[in-house]
Amino acid sequence: MEDFTQLSGLQLDALKEIGNIGAGNAATALAQMIQTKIDMNVPRVSILPFADVPELLGGADAHVVGIYFMVTGPAPTSILFILTAEKAGVLVDMLLQRETGKTDIHNLSEIEISAMMELGNILSTTYLNAMSMFTQLTFIPSVPALGMDMAGAILNAILAQFGEIADHVLLLETDFTKDKEEVVGHFFLLPEPGSLQTILTALGVSF
Amino acid sequence: MAKIIQVGMADLKIARSPDRLMTAGLGSCIGICIFDRSLKLGSLAHIMLPSSLQAKNPENKAKFADSAIEVVLDMMLQNGASRNRLQAKIAGGAQMFKFSGESDIMKIGARNAVAVEEHLHKHRIPLLAKDTGGNYGRTITFDPETGDLLVRTIGHGERII
Repeated sequence: MEDFTQLSGLQLDALKEIGNIGAGNAATALAQMIQTKIDMNVPRVSILPFADVPELLGGADAHVVGIYFMVTGPAPTSILFILTAEKAGVLVDMLLQRETGKTDIHNLSEIEISAMMELGNILSTTYLNAMSMFTQLTFIPSVPALGMDMAGAILNAILAQFGEIADHVLLLETDFTKDKEEVVGHFFLLPEPGSLQTILTALGVSF
Repeated sequence: MAKIIQVGMADLKIARSPDRLMTAGLGSCIGICIFDRSLKLGSLAHIMLPSSLQAKNPENKAKFADSAIEVVLDMMLQNGASRNRLQAKIAGGAQMFKFSGESDIMKIGARNAVAVEEHLHKHRIPLLAKDTGGNYGRTITFDPETGDLLVRTIGHGERII
């Protein structure tokens, strides 16, 4: 299988379940790090053409923050966690336990960038750990690369790697809730050709 | 009524003045404007990859520098453009993410820029101006009336080339 569009409901459910377990573990890890609880869950999993992704974020020239990982191992994959600049600011405030509106997203300090990267690390490693647990495969994430720019620009730099093969991505919407504040982040899984088949076979839900 | 015609990722369009052509969020991709100023006829192609030759799915010709330029040339000539009046301006080709121990694939922006310039040269289309490289995205608007290419960025200014 080369493409997400051929996935069955059962296969999607399996990937979503891994997302939820990953999010649960991520919430625990995060709570230990910042000594306060941020709830996390994955309400929706969908498959969409990569070209439609900028629309989710408010258009190709919308200002977004993206954290990107290359994952090596028997099933090479990329992970992109992306959210609008405005929501990223709220999330940074949550992480640093400040009032909402304290973060100037156009001028992030070292500690604010580091908080975003660390969140990306936690999200991707907990998801990959959950995936490892179910598949017995090893996933090795790179260090995070942070991009703050236009949605289209960040996405097409990543898509360029996949442009020759797959045009669809798997999206796990991730909700972060703390007190009354809610932030929706977008967690994308972009397996390289062949990787998806390897993962599904290991999960026991291949064709 | 003058329109602003949107060009998507891996897409190409042509337009005549007073209409303008726009593409948003160029990262490693490149926006190629080929135009005939005396006819006030212009085109904009938003390419993603340098070459269709190694591609497994070369069907979408607008995705690749080589095939997109060929398609645009045909469209321009069919619409009455004169081959020896054609000129070009390009923007994009940034490197959005930087890893230590960079692989070639991460330098796709620079490879795109080289490929676009090579193919313009091959078709003898003079490149009047370019705004390529860097590590930031660009949104561009081309005006066939004046041949001006407006480049907008987040945090890296705005300019006309």
